[in-house]
Amino acid sequence: MNEMSKVEPAPLRFEAPPSTSLLAHARHIVAENPVTGFAFGLFALILLAAVFGPWLVPYDPLASNTSVSLQGPSAAHWFGTDQLGRDIFSRVVAATRLDFSIAVASVALVFLLGGLAGVMAGFFGGWVDTVVGRIADTIMAFPLFVLAMGIVAALGNSVTNIVIATAIINFPLYARVARAEANVRREAGFVQAARLSGNSEWRLLLTQIVPNIMPIMAVQMSLTMGYAILNAAGLSFIGLGVRPPTPEWGIMVAEGASFIVSGEWWVAFFPGLALMTAVFCFNLLGDGVRDLVDPQRRN
Amino acid sequence: MLGMIAARLKTTIPSVIGVIIVTFLLTRVLPGDTAAYFAGPAASNEAIADIRSKLGLDQPLPVQFVSYVVALVRGDLGTSLTTGQPVTADLAQRLPASAELTLVGLLISMAIALPLGVLAAVRQGSWIDHLCRIVATAGVSLPVFFTGLLLVYVFYFILGWAPAPLGRLDVFFSEPPRVTGFLLIDSLIARDLGTFSAALSQILLPALTLAIFSLAPITRMTRASMLAVLGADFVRTARASGLSTRKVIGTYAFRNAMLPVVTTLGMVFSFLLGANVLVEKVFAWPGVGSYAVEALLASDYAPIQGFVLTMAILYVALNLLIDILYGVIDPRVRLEG
Amino acid sequence: MAAAPLLDIRNLTVEFATRRGTVQAVKAIDVSVGKGETVAIVGESGSGKSVTSYAVVRILDRAGRVAEGSIAFSGIDLVSATEAQMRDLRGREISMIFQNPRAALNPIRKVGKQIEDVLVQHVQATRATAREKAIEALEKVRIARPAERYDAYPFELSGGMCQRIVIALALACQPQLLIADEPTTGLDVTTQKAVMDLIVELTRERGMSTILITHDLGLAAAYCDKVVVMEKGRVVETASAAEIFHNPQHPYTRKLMKATPRVGMSLRDLLPEDQAKKTTSTPPVEAASAKPPATSAGRAPLLVVENLVKEYPRPAKGSFLAKLTGQAEPDQPAFRAVDGIGFEVRRGETLGLVGESGCGKSTTSMMVNRLLDSTSGRIVFDGQDIGSIPAKQFAASPFRRRIQMVFQDPTDSLNPRFTAERAIIDPILRMGQVRGRAALRARCEELAQLVGLPVELIDRFPHQLSGGQKARVGIARAIALDPDLVILDEPTAALDVSVQAVVLNLLEELKQRLGMSYVFVSHDLNVVRLLCDRVIVMRTGQIVEQGTAEEVLGAPRAEYTKELLTAIPHPPS
Repeated sequence: MNEMSKVEPAPLRFEAPPSTSLLAHARHIVAENPVTGFAFGLFALILLAAVFGPWLVPYDPLASNTSVSLQGPSAAHWFGTDQLGRDIFSRVVAATRLDFSIAVASVALVFLLGGLAGVMAGFFGGWVDTVVGRIADTIMAFPLFVLAMGIVAALGNSVTNIVIATAIINFPLYARVARAEANVRREAGFVQAARLSGNSEWRLLLTQIVPNIMPIMAVQMSLTMGYAILNAAGLSFIGLGVRPPTPEWGIMVAEGASFIVSGEWWVAFFPGLALMTAVFCFNLLGDGVRDLVDPQRRN
Repeated sequence: MLGMIAARLKTTIPSVIGVIIVTFLLTRVLPGDTAAYFAGPAASNEAIADIRSKLGLDQPLPVQFVSYVVALVRGDLGTSLTTGQPVTADLAQRLPASAELTLVGLLISMAIALPLGVLAAVRQGSWIDHLCRIVATAGVSLPVFFTGLLLVYVFYFILGWAPAPLGRLDVFFSEPPRVTGFLLIDSLIARDLGTFSAALSQILLPALTLAIFSLAPITRMTRASMLAVLGADFVRTARASGLSTRKVIGTYAFRNAMLPVVTTLGMVFSFLLGANVLVEKVFAWPGVGSYAVEALLASDYAPIQGFVLTMAILYVALNLLIDILYGVIDPRVRLEG
Repeated sequence: MAAAPLLDIRNLTVEFATRRGTVQAVKAIDVSVGKGETVAIVGESGSGKSVTSYAVVRILDRAGRVAEGSIAFSGIDLVSATEAQMRDLRGREISMIFQNPRAALNPIRKVGKQIEDVLVQHVQATRATAREKAIEALEKVRIARPAERYDAYPFELSGGMCQRIVIALALACQPQLLIADEPTTGLDVTTQKAVMDLIVELTRERGMSTILITHDLGLAAAYCDKVVVMEKGRVVETASAAEIFHNPQHPYTRKLMKATPRVGMSLRDLLPEDQAKKTTSTPPVEAASAKPPATSAGRAPLLVVENLVKEYPRPAKGSFLAKLTGQAEPDQPAFRAVDGIGFEVRRGETLGLVGESGCGKSTTSMMVNRLLDSTSGRIVFDGQDIGSIPAKQFAASPFRRRIQMVFQDPTDSLNPRFTAERAIIDPILRMGQVRGRAALRARCEELAQLVGLPVELIDRFPHQLSGGQKARVGIARAIALDPDLVILDEPTAALDVSVQAVVLNLLEELKQRLGMSYVFVSHDLNVVRLLCDRVIVMRTGQIVEQGTAEEVLGAPRAEYTKELLTAIPHPPS
C-alpha cells in the first residue's frame, strides 16, 4: 500500500493548496463524518448560550422562590427547581458563559506560554531546553488535579486563580508537543535549505517552524478545552474558585449531590449533563480539527 | 537489572527536589499571610504571631527552607487544626483507604480496557471496535463526580443493590484488626467473610466510578498501539512464517503493544489520584482526598500542604515503578539503562 | 523444463479498496517459477511487484483482495486455500524475507527464540530440541558464535547481521520457495553482496526456488536466471537475465535498462532516445549568467580543505553521584566522525565523495557548506578561510550565496507551506539583488525553464508535484544566486532510475552552462563514475583513496575501493 501511494504524482486528496481550501476541506470532512458536523453544531449552541445565555433564559438564575423548591422537571421548570426554588434550566444555561470563559482563558494562556516556551526549547536547544524541560518535569511530578488544588488553595480562592492553575497544569503538555515538533523540524531538509538561502535563525523560527506547527497546536488546543472545563468544574465541585450562588456547573452538581440519595436527581443531573455534553462536544471537535488539519493521521 | 533500577532511582531525585521546592513555594512565597492561613480563620492576632515565630516565618527564606526540609525529613508536616492531630499521623491513618480504592478501580479498569482495546484492534471495524470508540470518547467526557452520583442514584436509590454511599464499612460491622490497612485484605486475614463482603459492597461503586474514568485512556492507548504493532514489519514476518494467530497476537503483538500502554499508566495514575479526591467526596470515603477537602473548607492549611506533598511523592514513586516495569518488558531499556 | 512449475501465477489481478474507489495494483499477470529456479520481479515503485508476492502468501492487508486469477503452488490453489492451510504453508513451504531487516524482527524477543517459534510451529523441533536447532539454523547463515547470538536482541545487531537472522528464520524449516522482497535495500553495497551471495548459495544448496523482488535491474540480472519486468501492475516482459540485458524487447524494459548506470556508458546514454535529443536543443543561456569556461589548470583551486576534523562527545558513563564525588571513569575519547581529512575542489570540476553509510561523507559536506561547525581544520574557499565563520552566523556572510546545496530527499527539503515559486525565490529575497514582484517572477520563471520545470507548475505546493518535479525545484533554488560551489547530497537517492537519469543529465548540463563546481556525495559508484572528474573514497572518517575517476574506479589501489567495486552487482556478460 505504501508503495502504491508513492506512484501518484499529485494525490487528489490534496488537490488544492492548504490555505485557501480550508473551508472546502471542512465541508468535505463534515460531509464525510457526520459526527464532526454534529460536534460543530453543538459547539455553535454552546457559543450561543455563552454569549446570549443570560438574555435567553426564562427565569433569573439567582432568584429564589421557596414556594417551588425541589420540584421535578415540568412545563414551567424544564429542569426542575433546586432547594431554594431557583430554576435549574436558567441556571444551567447562564452557567455556560462562566465555564466556557474559564476554559478559553486558560487554554489561551497556556497556548501562549507553553507553546512559546516549547518552540524555543525545541529550536534553540541548550539551556533554554534544559530550563523549560525542568519546569515541565517538575509540574509533571505532581498528580495534576492535586497540584491545581494546591495552587488555588495557596493563591486564594478565585476564578482567576482557577484559570491560572488550569493553565499551569497544562503547561507541560503544550511545551512538550511544541518542543517535539520544533525539534524534529530543526534539522529538516527545508529548514536547512532556508539556512542556505541566508535566513537568520530567528527568521527560520518564524517563517519555517512556527507556521508548520500551528496546525498541531490547534489540535492540541481543541483537545484540551474539554479537559480544562472538567478541571475547573472539579475544583468548584470541592468548593474552590466559584462561590455560591453563582451559577456554575461544578458547584451546581455539588449542591445537588446531597439530594441524589433522597431521589431528587434533577438538581445534580442537569448541570452534570450540561458539563458532560460540553466536554463531549470539545473532544469530538478536537478529533474533527485533527482530521481537518492532518487527514493522514485519521485511523 | 539492578543497575537499571539504580539508574531510574537516580532520575527521580530531581523530581523529588522539584516537588519539595514547589510545595515550599506554594506556602511561603505566595501572597497572603501564611501564619494567618496556618492559624485558621478564628485565630487572634497573638495566636497568629505565636504561630509565625513557631513556624519560623520571621526568618529569612533560605533559613525557612532549611527548617522546612529538616521538618520533612523528621516526618513533621505540622498539625491539623480540625483534628488536632499531627498531619503525618492523619495521612498515614487515611492513606490505605485511598490506596485500596484507587487500586481496585485500576484493576477493574484494566480488566475491561486491555481485552477491549486488543479485540477492537484485531477486529478493526467490528461492533467491538465501535464499542471501544464509544467508550474512549464518552469516558473522557464524563466528569468523575457526575458518574459517581449517577451510579449512586441508579444502584442505591432506584435498584437498592448498593449500600448507602457513606464510607468504607457499614456501621454494623467492625473493622478487622489492621494489618495492611486494606479492608478487603485485612478481613480475609481475619477470616471474616461477612466483613469482607460488606467492605466489597461498599467499595464497588466508588471503584467502578474510578474505573469508568480511567477506562478511556487505557482502552484508547491499547487499541492504538495494538493497531500500530499489528501493522509493523515484524508482525508481517511472523505471519509470513506461518505462526499461529495466537502466537502472533499474544507473544509478538501484545507484548510490544503493552510498552506504550505502560507509559500511559503514568498519566492514568495522575488522573486517578486527582479523581480520587472527587470520588471520595461523593462517597464520603474516609481517605486522604476527603481529608484534604475538609481541610480546604476549614481553611486549615497544613493538611492541604501535607496532602499535596504526599500525593506528589507517591506519584513519583508510582512512576518509578512504571519505569521499572517498562524495563522488565523492554530489553532495550533494560540492557542500555 | 517439462515438469510443472513449482509456482504458477495465472491471470492474477489484485484490487485495493481505497477512498477513491477500487484500484487495481496488479493487472492480469502471469508468472511461473520452476523448481530450483531463481526469478526476479523487477519494477519501479508502484509497479505492483511487492503486492504480487503478498498475494502469493496471502498477507495482503485488509483493503486488498485477489479479484481474479489463480496461484498454484505444487498443485495447491493458494487463492482458495483455507487460512489454516496457508498458515501451514507459510514458513514451511514458502518463506519470505523483507526489506529493513531490523524492523522485520520482534524488537523485544531474543532472536534465537524467534527462530524457535517458527521451528516449533511447523513441528520441526520439540521444546527440548528447539534451542539446538535454532543455533544450527544460525550457524547455517554463517553467524559467528551462534550460541551467543541466540540470546541477542535485534537492537544489539548490525543491519547485515539482522538480515542473516531473517534469512535463518526463513530457511529454518527448509521451504521449497523463498520470496525475497528488496532484501538488500538500505544495506551498504558490501553488505548487499554478502547477503545476496548467501541467499543464492543457500538456496542452490537446497535446490530451492527463489523470487527476488527488486527495483535494481543490475542486481536482478546478476543473481537470477529469469527476469520478469513489471510496470504499473502489468508484466511487460519475461525473459532470461542475459536476454533482458543484451536484447530487451519491450520499450519500458529498454528505457529502464538504458537508465541503469553501468560501466562504459556516458550520462547521455541514460536518457531515452527522444529525451536525449530534446535536452541538447535547449537554447544557450545569456552571457550574463555564464562564467568563463573554467578549466582547472593554472588557477588556484576553488575549495581547499585541510586536516578537517569533526568530533562528537560520547555519552559519559558512570553515575551522577560518582561524577559529583569525582569518581567517574575517565571520559572516553570523543567519537571522530571525520578524522583529519584534506582535499581540494578545482574550478569547474565535479568531485565525488563516496563511501558506505557512517563513513563521514555527509558530515564532511555539511561542514563544507557551513551548516555544521568543524572541531578543527581549515576550509578555504576562494582564498578565504570560511571554516572560521561559525555556522550559525554564516547566513549573514557574503560567502553564503556562493555555496549552495541540493538535498537528498526532495520532499523533505521543501517547506510544505511554500509554493514552488516561493521556495525558489527564497534565497533571492534574502541575499539577491532582484527586487519587485514582477522581476522576481521573471527570474523564477527563468530558473524554472533552466531546470526544465514547466512554468505553470511554479504556483503549486510541494504535495502537488511529483518527485522529479520537486527535485527540480530544489535544484532551481540552489542555483538561483549563481553559486560557485554546489554540494549534491545523494540528490537522486530517493528517485526512480528513470527520473534519476534525467536529473543527473540536468545537473551536468547546468554545471557546463553556469560554470559551477560540484561536490557530489553518493554511495552509488556507477553514478559517481558518470558524473565525477575526481573521486574521494572515505571510510570511518578518513580518506582511503583519491584520484581521477578513471584511476580510482578503473584501477583502484586501496583494498577497500576494490572491495566496493567488486560488490557492485555485475550482470551476465
